Amino acid sequence: MKPKRKQRLILVSLMVAGVALAVTFGLIAFNQNIMLFQSPSDVAAGNMEAGQRFRIGGMVVDGSVQRRDTNLDVQFSLTDHASTVPVTYNGILPDLFREGQGIVALGKLDDKGVFVASEVLAKHDENYMPPEVAEALEKAGKMPGTAANYGNTTLVQP
Amino acid sequence: MFKWIHRFGSPPFVYRLSGRIAPVLGVLCLILMLTGLYLGLVVAPADYEQGDSYRIIFVHVPAAWMSMFVYVVMAVSSAIFLIWKMKLADIVAQASAPIGASFTFIALMSGSLWGKPMWGTWWVWDARLTSELLLLFLYLGYIALRNAIEHPQLAARTAAILAVVGVVNIPIIHFSVDWWNTLHQPATITKFDKPSMHPSMLKPLLIMVVAFQLLYFYNLLVRVRSGILQREKRAAWVAKELEN
Repeated sequence: MKPKRKQRLILVSLMVAGVALAVTFGLIAFNQNIMLFQSPSDVAAGNMEAGQRFRIGGMVVDGSVQRRDTNLDVQFSLTDHASTVPVTYNGILPDLFREGQGIVALGKLDDKGVFVASEVLAKHDENYMPPEVAEALEKAGKMPGTAANYGNTTLVQP
Repeated sequence: MFKWIHRFGSPPFVYRLSGRIAPVLGVLCLILMLTGLYLGLVVAPADYEQGDSYRIIFVHVPAAWMSMFVYVVMAVSSAIFLIWKMKLADIVAQASAPIGASFTFIALMSGSLWGKPMWGTWWVWDARLTSELLLLFLYLGYIALRNAIEHPQLAARTAAILAVVGVVNIPIIHFSVDWWNTLHQPATITKFDKPSMHPSMLKPLLIMVVAFQLLYFYNLLVRVRSGILQREKRAAWVAKELEN
């Protein structure tokens, strides 16, 4: 390689390496802010203050969903299988919302430690299959993404 | 030993070669695209949870992959242009930018249309969505920068530097779903694990991936050919070529 070209090669490599390093430091510094949501364990550890707006992500606990007949009020519990946080919400839930499903809610904690959500988003997992296959897996107890197979999935990362 | 590689730096050679390859790629792409769409939209079963809405994956995932692939091609050819001053590499980078921007736009739009019924929102500022949006801005910035500088050589060099530096964003897009918690789901198809998708759905998806790849190369060759003609318009071989 001619010396001139070698020089330019080194220059270009240094440029990319420099920018990569700067971006890495930037991302590490802002790590907490890039996280879209906090886990119920973070809330249980007292990292969040009452009245502070943040997102919480977790699985809807089986059998915890309670709806009112007269209005859209809904109550449920969110868990990361270490801690559980009660959530209340008034509004229309997304199609994928159900018990055992991962969701992300935006809102704040009240004085009693209940998370009052103003927005609920469903978090989909990476599994795709026809209904018959899902049924067969369900019967065999091998359904990915359910509580029994929680370790097999990255549905909600702690 | 590397003598043959120099022929790819010669505009007339590349112009003629790509003129022969492009139609083949175009026809193959059309066949695969129609097969993939038919298998994906008609034959493949509905998803157990999302019903028919999941079918957007057959466009969304190939477009998102290509948005990153095209950027890598653009960054590598920009680096080749900066280091070896190879004009053809610059033409490839310039031709790739609008194609890559289109793929990125398709990925963002289709994802947004799917997000409203499934997640409950059109848009959320999570790491995956934000970094993909940044990719669109990198493409648009590259195109704008080239057009903003009047001196062609200076424009080519400045834009090439932007393209090379912006490649840092690519691993961030790819690993964003692993490094941070996001609303976007993790990868369904990975190299090391078995895909978390039923074969009846996976097959059309893979066909569409190949079709999108061919779509890019077809468009690239057509655009590179016109790029070569534009830059070599005063050369004797162009006059001769256009005569026949």
